[in-house]
Amino acid sequence: MTQSKQQFDKIAPEMFTIVGGRQGETEKLSDKTVSFWKEVFLRFSQNKLAIFGIVVLVIVTLMAIFVPIFSPYSYREQLGIYNAAPSAAHWFGTDDLGRDVFVRVWQGARISLFIGITAAVIDLVIGVLWGSISGLAGGRVDNIMMRIADVLSAVPYLLVVIILLVVLKPGLIPMIIALSVTGWINMARIVRGEVLSIKNQEYVLAARTLGASTWHLIKKHLIPNALGAILVTMTLTIPSAIFTEAFLSYLGLGVPAPMASWGTMASEGNKALTSAPWRLIFPALFISLTIFAFNAVGDGLRDALDPKLRK
Amino acid sequence: MANKLLEVKNLKQYFGPANNPIKAVDGISFEIYEGETLGLVGESGCGKSTTGRSIIRLYDITDGEILFKGKNVLDTKSRKEMKEFNREMQMIFQDPYASLNPRMTAGEIISEGFNIHGLYKNKQERQARVAELLEAVGLNREHANRYAHEFSGGQRQRIGIARALSLDPSFIIADEPISALDVSIQAQVVNLLKQLQKERNLTYLFIAHDLSMVKYISDRIAVMYRGKIVELGEANEIYHHPIHPYTKSLLSAVPLPDPMTERMRERIPYTHEEPGETATIHEVKPGHLVFGTQQQINKWK
Repeated sequence: MTQSKQQFDKIAPEMFTIVGGRQGETEKLSDKTVSFWKEVFLRFSQNKLAIFGIVVLVIVTLMAIFVPIFSPYSYREQLGIYNAAPSAAHWFGTDDLGRDVFVRVWQGARISLFIGITAAVIDLVIGVLWGSISGLAGGRVDNIMMRIADVLSAVPYLLVVIILLVVLKPGLIPMIIALSVTGWINMARIVRGEVLSIKNQEYVLAARTLGASTWHLIKKHLIPNALGAILVTMTLTIPSAIFTEAFLSYLGLGVPAPMASWGTMASEGNKALTSAPWRLIFPALFISLTIFAFNAVGDGLRDALDPKLRK
Repeated sequence: MANKLLEVKNLKQYFGPANNPIKAVDGISFEIYEGETLGLVGESGCGKSTTGRSIIRLYDITDGEILFKGKNVLDTKSRKEMKEFNREMQMIFQDPYASLNPRMTAGEIISEGFNIHGLYKNKQERQARVAELLEAVGLNREHANRYAHEFSGGQRQRIGIARALSLDPSFIIADEPISALDVSIQAQVVNLLKQLQKERNLTYLFIAHDLSMVKYISDRIAVMYRGKIVELGEANEIYHHPIHPYTKSLLSAVPLPDPMTERMRERIPYTHEEPGETATIHEVKPGHLVFGTQQQINKWK
């Protein structure tokens, strides 16, 4: 102890000179400004799988739009060549009624993508409204709204969808309704969770002490900060809607003939699995590819938006 | 004596079920005079932050009265009155990482109040005002276009201070503004707060758990324990002549910068004493208030 005391005695204030601070210099920020969304984009573009997903989706969408317009055959035209194998004239072969499978696959893509995207948009609207009202209101309102969602999701999903389709007669619109009846619950829960965590953040409290209205809070703080989670959920809702559509069509509850969706084509193709496998393989391939692409994009978005990965 | 700016009377803030509430703030009263800094200290969970948030009306208080410039703030019902109140009283938050919206630039954060109150409609005027505020807190005007994550903790806290100053308030509640910062930056921010107080004639309620820092910035100190103010008085008086055993215990926990005396420092443990039904506020010296029963206070002295 005496030794340490001596050491401290050696250090006297006279031994120090004040050189002053480095004003200004310390406050400089050297990097270029990068906005949040630009950073997300940069990180997303480094994800090869996600970029592959985007490319696949762009190609599928373009083909779905243009092939049925420019093809020499129509999706419902019977050409008189039955169950022909793929050839230069018919790239994916023909089916048992003599229709060109290539055109039908892209016509089916239109239906499947339409159902998937429409169902996701409906989920988005209902889910975001339901979830944000529930999260913002809190208390009893929140409790009641969430119990309604719980009850709906407690009923087996497929049962609800099948009963609805039987009652409403199979078709495009009934299919979308059936998918939306329970589909929004997931979105509502995620949005509610986001709203609950954001509304108690100090920056929201700060805005409230500045006198912000509820609308201002929603517009400036809640939506911009919940957007990431909403976007990810939506990109993951589309493939599950496409898959459910294909699955229901496979059960015979899909869009009625002569319309084609990937699910109905696979269902019919299944019967000719040994004699004309191309009738099953092509629609099945595109179902898988599209769902995979959506999932890859959704995963990429989630990684890109995750603040924990921030440097 | 200066004018009373804020008067809190028997403020109560309970949470949870009405039959068995959590008494976060349990009947506290104090005054803050114009131009002074009142330090509010206490351990985690004693109700300091809740007190601040109740005063600025982030919570609906259970009971009590809050008079600001002689007017009961709980009477302000209309939006217009509320907005006037918001312009007078602002808050600086604890966590510099959570208190800035990550999707907004520093300029947007500072000018948020202008949007809400419809001030500085002209773009140049607004930019000039943002630049002025940034410089007032020691940042560059070029920082207006930067996002929150590009700043360090101390810089972020200064943006938070600029936001609180944006509406020219007269009273600022600083809710542990320095506890998330490291020591050298703490001094920087506290000195900035002191300088701004002088320049803009501000009044502070400074909430913290670090007694040495509170003593440095405060004119008077209130010590809070379990939802009650147990001791209140001039900063020097509290620091040198504490009466309540909890205050003594808190003071004994302050580390000393001198290694020799630090080694001698002895901590005084505090064992919880039920204040008892008859406990009230006693004025032991002019301006020095202690909470307890008469016998307790005689014993403590």
